[in-house]
Amino acid sequence: MADLSTTFCGIKSPNPFWLASAPPTDKEYNVRRAFEAGWGGVVWKTLGEEGPPIVNVNGPRYESLVSDQRRVIGFNNIELITDRPLQTNLDEIRRVKRDFPDRALVVSLMVPCEEGAWKAILPRVEDTGCDGVELNFGCPHGMSERGMGSAVGQVPEYIEMVTRWCKQYTKLPVIVKLTPNITDIRHPARAAHAGGADAVSLINTINSVMGVNLSTMRMSPNVGGMGSHGGYCGPAVKPIALNMVAEIARDPATAGMPISGIGGITTWRDAAEFIALGSGTVQVCTAAMVYGFKIVQDMADGLANFMDEQGYRSVEQMVGLAVPSITTWNQLNLNHIEKAVIDPDLCIQCGRCHVVCEDTSHQAISATKNGRRHFEVMDEECVGCNLCASICPVPGCISMKALQPGEVDKRTGLVVSGEYANWTTHPNNPARA
Amino acid sequence: MSLPSTPSDVAAGRLTQAEYARNFADAHPPLTAVQALLEAERCYYCFDAPCTTACPTGIDIPTFIARIAQGNLRGAARTILEENVLGGMCARVCPTEVLCEQACVRCTQEDKPVEIGALQRHATDAYFAQPGAPLFTRAPASDKRVAVVGAGPAGLACAHRLAMMGHAVTLFDDKPKLGGLNEYGLATYKTVDDFAQKEIRWLLSIGGIEVRPKHSLGRDMHLDALARDFDAVFLGLGLAGVNTLGIAEPASTAARAAVDFIAELRQAPSPAAVPVGRRVVVIGGGMTAVDAAVQSKLLGAEDVTMVYRRGPEAMSASGHEQQWAQTNGVRIKHWGAPQQVLVADGRVRGVRFARTALQGERLVDTDERFDIEADMVLTAIGQVFEAQPLGLSLDLKGGRIATDAEGKSSHPKIWAGGDCRAGGRDLTVEAVQHGKLAAMSIDATLRA
Repeated sequence: MADLSTTFCGIKSPNPFWLASAPPTDKEYNVRRAFEAGWGGVVWKTLGEEGPPIVNVNGPRYESLVSDQRRVIGFNNIELITDRPLQTNLDEIRRVKRDFPDRALVVSLMVPCEEGAWKAILPRVEDTGCDGVELNFGCPHGMSERGMGSAVGQVPEYIEMVTRWCKQYTKLPVIVKLTPNITDIRHPARAAHAGGADAVSLINTINSVMGVNLSTMRMSPNVGGMGSHGGYCGPAVKPIALNMVAEIARDPATAGMPISGIGGITTWRDAAEFIALGSGTVQVCTAAMVYGFKIVQDMADGLANFMDEQGYRSVEQMVGLAVPSITTWNQLNLNHIEKAVIDPDLCIQCGRCHVVCEDTSHQAISATKNGRRHFEVMDEECVGCNLCASICPVPGCISMKALQPGEVDKRTGLVVSGEYANWTTHPNNPARA
Repeated sequence: MSLPSTPSDVAAGRLTQAEYARNFADAHPPLTAVQALLEAERCYYCFDAPCTTACPTGIDIPTFIARIAQGNLRGAARTILEENVLGGMCARVCPTEVLCEQACVRCTQEDKPVEIGALQRHATDAYFAQPGAPLFTRAPASDKRVAVVGAGPAGLACAHRLAMMGHAVTLFDDKPKLGGLNEYGLATYKTVDDFAQKEIRWLLSIGGIEVRPKHSLGRDMHLDALARDFDAVFLGLGLAGVNTLGIAEPASTAARAAVDFIAELRQAPSPAAVPVGRRVVVIGGGMTAVDAAVQSKLLGAEDVTMVYRRGPEAMSASGHEQQWAQTNGVRIKHWGAPQQVLVADGRVRGVRFARTALQGERLVDTDERFDIEADMVLTAIGQVFEAQPLGLSLDLKGGRIATDAEGKSSHPKIWAGGDCRAGGRDLTVEAVQHGKLAAMSIDATLRA
């Protein structure tokens, strides 16, 4: 059986599945249930500085975007950091860590951008026996209006400055949680690295308005008729998160810095993909809020079985394996040619491939053969765009087949050379080398 | 012959009111809003959808289902009703398992089609519950007058489409109520709460249709006069005659045509008023036989047997309907041809059958005989077109009115559709399409 245990910037956990700092990790009761269910680690919901706790709204804090069959694919929240006293949280963290010594317990923090504030809180957190701290530079709603959360994460200089303070005032590993509400994720990651961060975690949530109630012409969710943007997460953000994780993983300036991957992870496959793109651990929130804590067992079982099948002995062996497959567009091989192939035995004849190719792509799928309903790719028109395979409702029915060197591309009439050539050397490129 | 030892027993009021209410409630309860949403989301929105091709009226099914999924029930209803103005009734009675649903690509994928019929009912029920502004309005008056004879599905669809296109329609029917088989021929549990009449009231609300019930062709009016007095005539006469067994049938209300039994039940103030035998034999293998047999059972008959002269695959009742009968406790017996209705003291006591067999392609009676005890015998071995009321000579084909694809008969001013027209499967939905196409053909001819 594969060993799922991980050591992430010095923090050990029995599996790579951590609960992200979020409503599920707000207090002892929830976190105990999480550990009992099998979560490898928890990032305790963000603590603020000593004093009267922040106040949350008492109307809707959450709203979902659902797909067919009411599956939640996107999720939005306007909950702020913990609304309980600092000492209450610290006492609970100490008790939970004592009872679950083998689990990772990281504490998320968000205090004002002043050295004194960080200097004051870090020793008290360290004193709980927790395994590390995560700096919340990501929350895009509420706290950002007060100069915290994503307001910090959007200014690389602040990230570096605060990270440096934290490294100065605690011996614990410091994980910097990044906001995706920026143009280029590499700059905040580089700033965290420069400030001495032990790791980064990403992504936090994305600015979002979930919708409009068309009967009342009010945005939703709203609190007594007025709403403000929230943070968006869930399966729909996974591709955005994967890109950002990979960007950091393949940036020479940050290469090798541990990454805790976050963003829509619902299944072991999602987790494995984040790991393959450079994540040493993964963090989950939405899936737990949609299905409950038990899902970690399916994630762990699925990942272990996959690793056994593939011969991976540890999670670490898989970290970053797919990173070398990501490059810039101008490095893609323009001589590589694929054609879609429809398996007639699997085809259920819905005809969607035909109509979308006809309406929106390259008119490369015929709808009849000998007067009968039949869908077939015309190689002389197919550019290999993958649209048909992407929208086919039958798994595996449409596949992409690469032409081999020596074969003729019926669309261009040219023989496939088998030689690599990209845009930088293409005759049509006015700036070619 | 061995006559049953118990006395003949045909009686009404066999059940309690609660039992009648339960037995004659909606056979297939409507989908809830949530069920409809989840089911609608199963639709793949196919290109050139096979379900639409399979629908005799060509309803754009993916469109109406997408509109249900998007919460646009009025738009869904419009999509249905603009192709099939009786889409509400068809949602209840169409054998979808051999039409749209059989063509659903989900059958190929998972052997479970999208429940198109139930969704169609959801959309049309929602619309009829709150119709709002009219979906259809009339074109400017054409000053042309069209007689529609027969207010069954074909005649109603034709009349509505003609009225929409601006023609003045006079709609005749020999029965006191409009609807034809929708009103007199369908099983009670398929169209509860007087739906047929509600649908007709809505259909007529378009205006321009003058209704003349209790007008019988050949008695109260004559086709040659109609053809003379109107610019066009549409015949939706249905099948007025029933096939007989071809054996001696006793003159007894306990031995009757299944269609009469079904009509009596539909028109009865309560099912409790309709007498049924303790033991019932239904002869036939079609939908009418199933409806008669199941309803006999639901009226409280103890033993109901459908007897068909061939095997199950040859029955015109679909597999789904055969199962429906069996689920309701009807026994289906194959390979039997009636020889004699057994009578004692003037009362029906049973039916004697010859066991049949195939000799090559040919069905023959063997020497073997079997008796089934019965207090009531219902025959459902098909209906026939009665041409005699036409009065003038129209070309017939297979005993029904011959027409072209648009429904035009051999007479230049007469069109025909529905069961009286040659060719077709005698389905409600097909009759609607006949009526619609004929109306369009009439319109084109009158405007030429």
